[in-house]
Amino acid sequence: MAEEATVKEKKTKKGRVPMPEQDPKERARNFLEVPLGYSPEMAREEASRCLQCKNPGCVEGCPVGIDIPGFIRLIASGEFTASIRHVWKQNSLPAVCGRVCPQEIQCEGKCVLAKKGEPVAIGNLERFVADWERAHGSGALPPKASPTGKRVAVVGSGPAGLTVAGDLIQKGHEVTIFEAFHKPGGVLLYGIPEFRLPKEIVAQEVNFLERLGVRVQCNVVVGRTVSLDELFAEGYQAVFLGLGAGLPKFMNIPGENLVGILSANEYLTRANLMKAYLFPQVDTPIPRGKDVVVLGGGNVAMDAARTALRLGADRVRLVYRRSREEMPARAAEAHHAEEEGIEFFLLTNPVRYLGNEKGRLVGMECIRMELGEPDASGRRRPIPVKGSEFTLECDLCIVAVGTGANPLLTSSTPDLKVNKWGYIEADPCTGKTLKKGVWAGGDIVTGAATVILAMGAGRLAANSIHDYLMRGW
Amino acid sequence: MFKIVKREEMSQGTVILNEIEAPLIARKAKPGQFVILKANETGERIPLTMAYTDPERGVIAVIYQVVGKSTALFKTLQVGDGYQDVIGPLGKPTHIEKLGRVVCVGGGTGVAVLHPITRAMKEAGNHVIAIIGARTRDLLILEDFMRRASHELHVCTDDGSYGRKGFVTHALKDVLDRETINQVVAIGPVPMMKFVSQLTRQYGVPTLVSLNPIMVDGTGMCGGCRVTVGGETRFACVDGPEFDGHQVDFDELMLRLQAYCEEEKACFQEFCMMEESWHRK
Repeated sequence: MAEEATVKEKKTKKGRVPMPEQDPKERARNFLEVPLGYSPEMAREEASRCLQCKNPGCVEGCPVGIDIPGFIRLIASGEFTASIRHVWKQNSLPAVCGRVCPQEIQCEGKCVLAKKGEPVAIGNLERFVADWERAHGSGALPPKASPTGKRVAVVGSGPAGLTVAGDLIQKGHEVTIFEAFHKPGGVLLYGIPEFRLPKEIVAQEVNFLERLGVRVQCNVVVGRTVSLDELFAEGYQAVFLGLGAGLPKFMNIPGENLVGILSANEYLTRANLMKAYLFPQVDTPIPRGKDVVVLGGGNVAMDAARTALRLGADRVRLVYRRSREEMPARAAEAHHAEEEGIEFFLLTNPVRYLGNEKGRLVGMECIRMELGEPDASGRRRPIPVKGSEFTLECDLCIVAVGTGANPLLTSSTPDLKVNKWGYIEADPCTGKTLKKGVWAGGDIVTGAATVILAMGAGRLAANSIHDYLMRGW
Repeated sequence: MFKIVKREEMSQGTVILNEIEAPLIARKAKPGQFVILKANETGERIPLTMAYTDPERGVIAVIYQVVGKSTALFKTLQVGDGYQDVIGPLGKPTHIEKLGRVVCVGGGTGVAVLHPITRAMKEAGNHVIAIIGARTRDLLILEDFMRRASHELHVCTDDGSYGRKGFVTHALKDVLDRETINQVVAIGPVPMMKFVSQLTRQYGVPTLVSLNPIMVDGTGMCGGCRVTVGGETRFACVDGPEFDGHQVDFDELMLRLQAYCEEEKACFQEFCMMEESWHRK
């Protein structure tokens, strides 16, 4: 790695300013954030690498279209307050996006510097300026349009819902967010671990919206506590559904209900939302496996594996049925996981779980896979290799093989049309559903995707809702 | 905060009734549904099926047995105190219809959950026979409620200190031998529901049981509450909590309920010690 960096430095004038990180050995046993952030000097130096392109590719690559050269120029000149204000125009969650966006395939992937060397560290700079504002900013709020008297209900407080709420409150509408959990933040809170996205940041982003006037009502399960039609009857003129894709998928192989097998949703919710890693200082327990297997190859699998390590596992193995190339996790996440000591068992698939007489997991039988012809997803289909079965010992297994649509709300709202997988049908340009006055966006429409794509969908829906409130359906 | 407006101790202080202000939930809740309660910031989310609701006063009632740290913490809450979070109503309501002759069997605090179902079954025009049981007389709850909610009440205690000596299954067997029953509803400890279901299977009587496995969110998100019913995995929180007792794998459920027994024990002991030293001061 070091050699590679030197080569790149020679090619470009100046190399990218690396962001300091906690040492892998140390961080693998704590829940503190892995990257430590830029100092103002580092940020200004990195910002000065930006070529300020006339037709910037980075902006094209950003799902919410942030004026990236604009905010970077302001960092370079040391005008941090002006810079964050510039970001806020397009993105109300910069501290989150700077941390969890897949910049390498978005803005940074399109950076002209990437052609010859390293792209500008756009994510790191976005994160810096958001963190700087939180630590040193005046707390002054962006301007808000005069009240329209229109009321909007936002269901779900994940990235899509927060974006819709932030956009519409600034346009002068009354906004109430309904959250089923006892705390707002959605996947940012229950899904993404503390060491990738400190929960204090999520709380502060929500607090920012509350200061703008957004009402947040937790403990309301729309579809159970209130129905969609009751929201309209209560005087809401538009409803946005940002429900997420919260239904865990399992392998459906024998032994899956043994004690010691958890969905990644459950494991991460215990760790993140309930802070079970602090047990017994908090009351929610979490299984602390010594020998842990995580099934899956996405970001959630990496999060689960790295959490298991931090909870004291001696060994964490990630079992994925395809090869490294097909792994859906971000390269940076897979790299961080490996650095910390997670072992990858690629081209491997579990066949059945093995339990003891107490119904607890003691291992699993796996089979080797090889790659065949490409399947519907365009990736080469994994095929079991006959007779290659072997046993992995483990006392905890986290199933991170994806999530689906939770039918709780849609099944109780028959006039809301869903596709065959249960995702809500919505216009991709506006987020409009087939039910009048109802919009949807994020994972509940697209299936599990990224924070920024959900925010992009939220942005489109907010614009469409604003149009509707001012002009009609 | 969700304020406690009424609190009663039963069964020598081991079982507590709380009436809680929760108007949104009270308006919607139906028999068989549950809520999730969390006492404070560091608290655990605990699912409890509601004993009754009063939509006009905007209150719901839960009855719980003190079995661990979280319920011991709940017990410290007095009238005027509150739960930080109450979420619901969750789960599917009991399917109530006129079936003919129905037996409602309850054990322990399961009687609290059984009560609104018993009443609804009677109101739907069924002839309702209720059987409730406890280990001993002092642990029996809601006898008067159950008497009013049914046409005929049988009480059993394991030690014979009150009512008939023996298990609820003995009383149930007599009823099944005596007459044709169209439906049994059994709610109580897992072994009780298992044995009731085994018995009614021999008589071919459809049997509904209400399960309370470990869960976190209660909305279908975590899958911690999965149970095997008829060979298939179901989520008790959204597919249940009531299932066909003849199809439920009770042995698996009992093992899954033990998942955190070590942690629970340690946590409870520490809490009891803290409580004790607090009271000594």
